Amino acid sequence: MALINPKKKEVQVKIVYYGPGRGGKTTNLEYINKKFKERIKGEMTTVKTYGDRTLFFDFLPVDIGKIKGYDIKVQFYTVPGQVKYNATRKLVLRGVDGIVFVADSLVVRRKMNILSLQNLNENLSSFNRRIFDVPIVLQYNKRDMEKEGIPLLSVETLENDLNKQLKAPSFVASALTGQNVVTTMKKAISLTVASLQKKLELGG
Amino acid sequence: MEYTIELNKKQFESIENILKEELIDLGVQTVLLIDLAGNILVNLDDGKSDIDIYSLAALAAGNFGAVSAMAKVIGESDFSLLFHKGEKESIHFSKINEDLLLLTIFGKDVSLGFLRLKTAEAMRKILEII
Repeated sequence: MALINPKKKEVQVKIVYYGPGRGGKTTNLEYINKKFKERIKGEMTTVKTYGDRTLFFDFLPVDIGKIKGYDIKVQFYTVPGQVKYNATRKLVLRGVDGIVFVADSLVVRRKMNILSLQNLNENLSSFNRRIFDVPIVLQYNKRDMEKEGIPLLSVETLENDLNKQLKAPSFVASALTGQNVVTTMKKAISLTVASLQKKLELGG
Repeated sequence: MEYTIELNKKQFESIENILKEELIDLGVQTVLLIDLAGNILVNLDDGKSDIDIYSLAALAAGNFGAVSAMAKVIGESDFSLLFHKGEKESIHFSKINEDLLLLTIFGKDVSLGFLRLKTAEAMRKILEII
């Protein structure tokens, strides 16, 4: 849950990038970090294993300016995607305000996407939260691979697999080239902040 | 619904005063009151500190979560106190309640025993407010 500090007039918002392993969650954050370098005061923090996979999480704090007189500090996190790291995924989800679900467009990863979304749902339930109540944006990543001749899932298939019930905003993207990385991020921020507006008005 | 910490301006002020009197005046470098989601509620320092507190809070919350999970593996409900000793600076963590952690960063000139006493006192006072 976002932390609102009426004394400092500051809001801290937590947005988590979720999705299957090797799907490009960290690459999304790396692109954002590079693109907005001058606006990011802190360093991007990553806890990785040998194989360059995220072990615990990546963390990137960004100041996005003022809303209703409050300084909004967005903290981006990624979770480790590998199935075996569910305990750490749960830790990172604690207090989440908004989610970007990064799905892998490769045909061979279809099942992993579906399982990861189910896992997100289960983990949110363990905090007594429903996936439908948390602001969420879907990203269909790795669209650049089409040029390499690698078979990709069609957007219709991805929508049908992942977004049929959620009906969340979704974007095709390439975290590697930066295509729609910022669009996805902005949508996640605007949905998340909008869900806090009412609270800010009361507290302000 | 997940527990949310909602404090008003006056509560924030009182907590800051407690942490200043009990810990900053003792000579610690930085005091952070964070929640287990990694958000910072209160941060105070001695004016000489230049650390990235937001990353520190995120890692500390994650670290504490991981250690709690370790506690459960060995049959403990939790470890209420953690201490990391460095060459120049050390970090002391204590759990205030289900959602709040108090982090203190201090140098060699502060004694750990005294710090623990003062931390306990600060925690007691904070629990009266929240």
